[in-house]
Amino acid sequence: MSAATHGSHAEAPYQPVFVGASREKLEALFPKYPTKQAVLLPALWIVQEGRGWIPPEGIAEVAAVLGLTPAYVRGVATFYTMYHLHPVGRHFIQVCGTSPCHLCGSDDVLHAILKETGCGELGATSPDGRFTVTEVECLGACGFATPVIIDDDFHDSVTPERVPGILARYP
Amino acid sequence: MGYPHPSHPKETVVLSKYFGDAEARTYPGWVKRGGYEALKKALGMTPDAIIEELKASGLRGRGGAGFPTGLKWSFMPKGDGKPHYLVCNADESEPGTFKDREIMRWTPHQLIEGCAIAAYAIGAETCYIYIRGEFTEPWKVMSRAVDDAYANGALGGNVFGSGKRIDMVLHRGAGAYICGEETAMMNSIEGRRGNPRIKPPFPAQAGLFGMPTTINNVETLAATSPILLRGAAWYKGLCLGNPKSTGTKLFSVCGHVMKPGNYEITMGFPMNDLIHDLAGGMRPGRRLKAVIPGGSSVPIMTAAEAEASLCDYEGIIEKGSMLGSAGFIVMDDSADIVYEIYRLAKFYAHESCAQCTQCREGTAWTTKILERILKGQGKREDLDLLLDLSDKMTGRTICVLSDSCAAPIVSGIKKFPEEFDAYLSRAKAPALATVG
Repeated sequence: MSAATHGSHAEAPYQPVFVGASREKLEALFPKYPTKQAVLLPALWIVQEGRGWIPPEGIAEVAAVLGLTPAYVRGVATFYTMYHLHPVGRHFIQVCGTSPCHLCGSDDVLHAILKETGCGELGATSPDGRFTVTEVECLGACGFATPVIIDDDFHDSVTPERVPGILARYP
Repeated sequence: MGYPHPSHPKETVVLSKYFGDAEARTYPGWVKRGGYEALKKALGMTPDAIIEELKASGLRGRGGAGFPTGLKWSFMPKGDGKPHYLVCNADESEPGTFKDREIMRWTPHQLIEGCAIAAYAIGAETCYIYIRGEFTEPWKVMSRAVDDAYANGALGGNVFGSGKRIDMVLHRGAGAYICGEETAMMNSIEGRRGNPRIKPPFPAQAGLFGMPTTINNVETLAATSPILLRGAAWYKGLCLGNPKSTGTKLFSVCGHVMKPGNYEITMGFPMNDLIHDLAGGMRPGRRLKAVIPGGSSVPIMTAAEAEASLCDYEGIIEKGSMLGSAGFIVMDDSADIVYEIYRLAKFYAHESCAQCTQCREGTAWTTKILERILKGQGKREDLDLLLDLSDKMTGRTICVLSDSCAAPIVSGIKKFPEEFDAYLSRAKAPALATVG
């Protein structure tokens, strides 16, 4: 995580997420569950989709709309690895590294991605703010090693040779 | 069908018949292939009759535990006046397993239909399908299919004019293997951390939102339509000898095979044929060394054990492991067993919810000890320490994540001692670099 990226996000004043279409999306969820609290995971997703990450103000906003405390919401959010509680690059890359993919050469794919993006190390954001790369546990596509998720796109059977072509699609 | 490969003649294709067939994803395409006939038939039966049919079919849970499905459904109370819930476990995260993903990607209506049948049978008006957060493509396919099912009256307040209400809600996970454990999944849906709950109470007594709940795996629910349409006797007849394991099952085969993919075979099929014929065997010049057959949470099998085993619940137990979710991690003679076991231990350490001491500490310490061995800094007594830790990690925690970490470690040390010896005697160069 570069300090520069962190700063550029943190400087913008926080605008509430749950207005307009996002508010409607949230309201549409309430009838689907018998409790308001059950909307917590979906609400956190809405914040992340809108902001790219979940800042402390986003935690507070979710807590307010669901009648929970910010501490409780943060406690839940930290349990799940896919919620970004700090800023990430414009494109977030997840590379599987669990045994089945490791057997099929996921290390080489990961190194190719780290090199091509200029991220250098895992969890870091590239100096241009374009990519953040992480190694994740089993993505449930072991027969299609190595699976790589970029933002919401699932790429099957990625090899080091395919890496530059795939990344070029994410400006 | 061994998607992404064409169907192999030795497969018995039921659930995977339409994998790769884009038209089968659509509502009209599914109806054209006989879809939703099973649900219509079910709505004309009593819930008890459906449960009896499922019991007679011998269908057992395909998520890993192998519990008889009809019996599970029969545990739901009757006439209690409380809301009942069905939860479909689509949090497929067990290393080596990738079958539910293909069911959702290619035949979403097969799953929706199965869920609707199950919901009706257990008296539930709401079904939550918990899809892991990383499954972005299955999510999109399922979302569209659920919308189409509502639009065509297969879901909603009056399913196919029966007067029955069945609602279906897709709930997205957010990255946590443990949420595939049924009680952790219920907590996650309720907006909590995904910590497993102590049982009892069992979900059928007090589950989701404190109400009677049944949780089934994607593949289990998908299998209910063909059973209702073609009958329990037909399904039970799909069996190669052992009457306790019936029907077809999707076997995910990955790792060092020429044709990784999902193969649908009749229970009792020879594992040797699955690995060496259907999945294409090893790369040229390579030999089979080991198989972890149940997803990663089961004991590792030697090549000899695997090649002599039958693919069903009892057959794999007989050869020293378990069927689990039938995700086969295949390793040839180039694989470093110690490293792969270390990588699995690291997985469990990462995924432990940290609620129970034995698991939180056990998964972390076994990982550190294995790391030390791979760095060429291991001591002879480390193996005893790993076995002792593994023993303390087994059967002593709220859920079985801890046991799952111990299974490949204990079996690996017992079945591949020479691989550990090579590091401990310094005969083999360290696989991990020493930092600092």
